[in-house]
Amino acid sequence: MAELTAVVGIGQTNYEAKRLDLSMPGLVRDAAEKALADADCSWADIDAVIIGKAPDLFEGVMMPELFLADALGGAYKPMLRVHTAGSVGGSTGVVAASMIQSGVHDRVLCVAYEKQSESNAIWALTISAPFSLATVAGAGGYFAPLVRGYIRRSGAPDDTGIRVAVKDRQNALRNPLAHLRLEDISFDMVANSPMLWDPIRYLETCPSSDGACALVMEKESLASKRSNKVAWIHATEMRSEPTMFSGRDQVMPQATLDNAKNLYKKAGISNPRKELDCAEIYVPFSWFEPMWMEGMLITERNQGWKMTYEGATAMDGDFPVNMSGGVLSSNPIGASGLIRFAEAARQVRGLAEDHQIDGARKALGHAYGGGSQYFSTWIVGSEKP
Amino acid sequence: MRDVAVVGFTQSASVRREQNRNEVEILVPVLQSLRDQTGLAGAQCDFICSGSSDYLAGLSFAFVSGLDAVGAWPPVSESHVEMDGAWALYEAWVKIQMGQADTALVYGFGKPSMGDLPLTMALQLDPYCVMPLWPDAISIAGLQARVCLDSGLLTDRDMAAVAVRDRMHAKTNPNAQVAGDYSVDEILAEPFFVNPLRKSDCPPISDGASAILLAAGDRATELCERPAWIRGIEHICEPMDLGVRDLERSRSTEIAAEKAGVATGKIDIAELSAPFTHQSILVERALGLTSETIINPSGGALAGNPLMAVGLSRIGECASRILAGEADRAVAHATSGPCLQQNLVCVLEGE
Repeated sequence: MAELTAVVGIGQTNYEAKRLDLSMPGLVRDAAEKALADADCSWADIDAVIIGKAPDLFEGVMMPELFLADALGGAYKPMLRVHTAGSVGGSTGVVAASMIQSGVHDRVLCVAYEKQSESNAIWALTISAPFSLATVAGAGGYFAPLVRGYIRRSGAPDDTGIRVAVKDRQNALRNPLAHLRLEDISFDMVANSPMLWDPIRYLETCPSSDGACALVMEKESLASKRSNKVAWIHATEMRSEPTMFSGRDQVMPQATLDNAKNLYKKAGISNPRKELDCAEIYVPFSWFEPMWMEGMLITERNQGWKMTYEGATAMDGDFPVNMSGGVLSSNPIGASGLIRFAEAARQVRGLAEDHQIDGARKALGHAYGGGSQYFSTWIVGSEKP
Repeated sequence: MRDVAVVGFTQSASVRREQNRNEVEILVPVLQSLRDQTGLAGAQCDFICSGSSDYLAGLSFAFVSGLDAVGAWPPVSESHVEMDGAWALYEAWVKIQMGQADTALVYGFGKPSMGDLPLTMALQLDPYCVMPLWPDAISIAGLQARVCLDSGLLTDRDMAAVAVRDRMHAKTNPNAQVAGDYSVDEILAEPFFVNPLRKSDCPPISDGASAILLAAGDRATELCERPAWIRGIEHICEPMDLGVRDLERSRSTEIAAEKAGVATGKIDIAELSAPFTHQSILVERALGLTSETIINPSGGALAGNPLMAVGLSRIGECASRILAGEADRAVAHATSGPCLQQNLVCVLEGE
């Protein structure tokens, strides 16, 4: 039986296009120190460091955890580096939790980061192996056809994506850490922004950000003694499938459906829309909100857009999504998944400040990556499961 | 803690250049023969974890294609570390300890022949202060060898003896890249490659892959007659900066060995992932190995060094000898980073 585990400390940097004030060690250490302070811990209290980030070509450093070991207090401790494409932030949280759930460690530091300003993400994503298909499209060009597939299947109105973008960008105004904070955001502003990859407009995409997120996790016997609020990890799940094969449904991959089913089963949840109070979902392009509402079995197939349309996913809706502003507002890629996990934990701790959902008791954190093929998720709660 | 064992191990040959196969094509036969050996296909395992490096492939998300080799359908519970496969095995071992898996496929692969490996490895160093000087991997190891020689910790004859031993052992390893009968004097007659290292002090550049099947408790004894039980597995990291480390010993290996319980019994065989001859001596000392242990019966990393698989293969080489009844207790070692920065120690037993 797995050891019950809790998130007891959370630290995030400010998210910006270029953190010229911080080196990579400075960036990860900033988040880690904030998480340690939140957990009222020192470096010596940490048993192991689990670090995640997206491709090394994003900064131009091969296996950068090695040179970051000292900055993260990893000297003479176990350090593990996770990399599962865009879902990596979430996977890093799942792997870090497993270090405690397995009984191997008592308290771990989990860090994910990306410093995109050190390199060029479009370049890093464009190189392909010899004799293999080069998409030369970046992530937006890759995902736009999947969005078109979703619109065709579901009959979603064309402006669904615009509505998601307006909602997430309004939410970001409540989050002082967010990279993009557009004070005058409006439907027309998004609708009139340039079309980049039809049907994805400029203001329907995520930015390129520098930033780091860190969590301190602890086993039950330690976390139970704390007087401040902790987030109990009710369930974690990871699922993967290959990028391409004949007959693969790339719009609604089997891996997301399997991931959701397994996650809810582990967490003892039968009606996720009712039993979960809010969710932080990986939405790098606006349309992925309705798509993952279906992919996470929050609503029926082809009905996800209605949640957006009816305002169900807004701050005052019955199932608020991306209260922090989400990936559309801050996207240090390798950290983006862990930020979703961390923001879910902030909600159930009641510490989400201006973007807090009143009385949130159970929240979903979600990340996906690759060609819609890697999924990692967790459910956290204010009470023990 | 649950009892977890290695129940199968397969590897490709280590070769200087896989001219006609990409990583997936190298992996497929490795995974197929693991399935033939154990009767369990990778995609049917409860958990899958792999180790590889984007920088060896020279492109982002290089590990994603590994899923094609696995045939990951229906979708699998899976993870990946940007580390040697030995650390992927550690993550899988943790997953099994959680009780969420009873079987796990672990694999590692690397094809460094596509680039200039010693220079590629320079990209691992501090990008602000060290990397701009482009210190190549051989030169960095040479600095450590020089420190050890100057302090009298070891001699060039000691180093040459490691190469002689590993190449002699490698003669019986069909997957080895460098094997044969050499003498210490022959090796010392070689010119310096990067002073004080001769070519024989350095590992070959190898393309290759390996895979291991893990199983817990009764599942392990169902899958093989004599599982290689993991009795201890620990890994420790050091700071990268050479100036703040004691280069004459591998402190992280010592700590990992202590925690893994290496010294609690006789060690029949040891497989070390120390890629340079002087590093082998440092690791042997850190593990407290004596003459009663056969070191690197496969030839070790000096006989074949497929990065990202080489550490996993050390665990596999130990396990396969236990599976075959040729050894009762073994210790495997994996390393990462410049001058043995990060080390993993795994103790395996037949009973």
